[in-house]
Amino acid sequence: MRSLFFRKRREASQKPSGGESRISAPKASAPGIKLETRDLNFYYGEKQVLKNISLKIREKQITAIIGPSGCGKSTFLRTFNRMNDLIPGARLEGEVLLDGKNIYDPDVDVVELRRRVGMVFQQPNPFPMSIYDNVAFGPKMLGLNRKRDLDEIVERSLKLAGLWDEVKDDLRKSGLALSGGQQQRLCIARVLAVEPEVLLLDEPCANLDPISSLKIEELLFRLKEHYTIVIVTHNLQQAARISDWTAFLLMGEIIESGPTGEIFTRPKDPRTEQYITGRFG
Amino acid sequence: MLRESVELALRELCEDVRIMAQMTEEAIERSITALKERDIALAEEVIANDKLLNAKRFEIEEKCIKFIATQQPMAGDLRLIIAILNIIVDLERIADHAEGIAKIVLMIANEPHLKPLLDIPRMAQKAREMLRKSIRAFLDRDAEEARRICREDDEVDQLYDQVFRELLIFMLEDPRTISRATRLLWAAHNLERIADRVTNICERIVFLATGKMEEIGASKY
Repeated sequence: MRSLFFRKRREASQKPSGGESRISAPKASAPGIKLETRDLNFYYGEKQVLKNISLKIREKQITAIIGPSGCGKSTFLRTFNRMNDLIPGARLEGEVLLDGKNIYDPDVDVVELRRRVGMVFQQPNPFPMSIYDNVAFGPKMLGLNRKRDLDEIVERSLKLAGLWDEVKDDLRKSGLALSGGQQQRLCIARVLAVEPEVLLLDEPCANLDPISSLKIEELLFRLKEHYTIVIVTHNLQQAARISDWTAFLLMGEIIESGPTGEIFTRPKDPRTEQYITGRFG
Repeated sequence: MLRESVELALRELCEDVRIMAQMTEEAIERSITALKERDIALAEEVIANDKLLNAKRFEIEEKCIKFIATQQPMAGDLRLIIAILNIIVDLERIADHAEGIAKIVLMIANEPHLKPLLDIPRMAQKAREMLRKSIRAFLDRDAEEARRICREDDEVDQLYDQVFRELLIFMLEDPRTISRATRLLWAAHNLERIADRVTNICERIVFLATGKMEEIGASKY
């Protein structure tokens, strides 16, 4: 996809200079690996919630994180864009690599990180502003002001999110006036507008009706051509339908991960078998 | 459906397979008895009962389809449903072979025996034994036992070779026996195919237990 604007910003942010922040030297993830955790341990105060997680997230594939409630899925997802930094008492040990670079190095630009690794939440959360302004918000914050460029970004992002045809005739309409499914796609468009490389989705369909869920699933299937996607879901059938790789998390540990077809037809660990056949969780 | 109900549904499906296998085994036994004793009435009963077996197959298939649609089974449960869908096809085909033997009885019932039947009943006995053990292995998810049963197919093949040679000699020595001998050969061939079908069932049991499809000992025929 042609980058309208952010290519120059990315190049600027990565040039070595005294005033600019930069991400530390690469630690060489394998080819085709976009994200990787190495011996990741995470704590809320004294309580350890993630234990020795080493997991590779493949580029331009959908990786599903499954597991019972409270096992640490959302906490794990948030480590990929440092959203846990916002939680008092949260502490991480180990490494989280994006393109081989540790995102927890002290000189990482967290704002830039969160542009590259965007997040969509369970509850759709459009801003209380128009559809247009919702999508244009991110690019404006990053310094893009020309109306023609913003118009192009808004249209492209809404098209990518599969929402354009439904809203193009009234972009001034409030984002809050959309249906739940449309609001969620608006949130996805908002993330796409800042040209991320990774999409993190935390149970994006949990509050949506089946038709809306299906539209989101179809959208994700299309988007993986251009983006690396990590999705946390309680819906095992959804994980089976759309993901390429599945990781099963239980009590803060990765029990098993593998190609989705393998996990759902012949899991190796009996705990995985028990979970996905509904015998616990 | 609650998990307990799902477990019950799966157990009932396995029981349905066991019942169908029992019906199939009875069909084999009765068809061979009819052949040995030239019992036309018994042969006609086997032919008529084949419809019941076909109906049983479709009943189990319907239950499996509903289970898939409503429960979206995964992993071991999914493999069980897939295995059942394949096994009932093999059982139905085995029953068709038994029906085939019964139809042969109708063709040759009024003709004198060529010779006392020894090897053909032995083939039938072996095939029934293999079928019975395979269903036990299915219920126990026993891959090793399934592999062992497959090896027993060689015995059935050897008996078939023997029958073939004997009947060929009959035909060569006296062309007037060709009609009867050929039909007996068809009966033996039906039994040989039954044993092959049981090896298919065993391959499904291995798949059910291990998740891997294995071709276990391809038949000589």
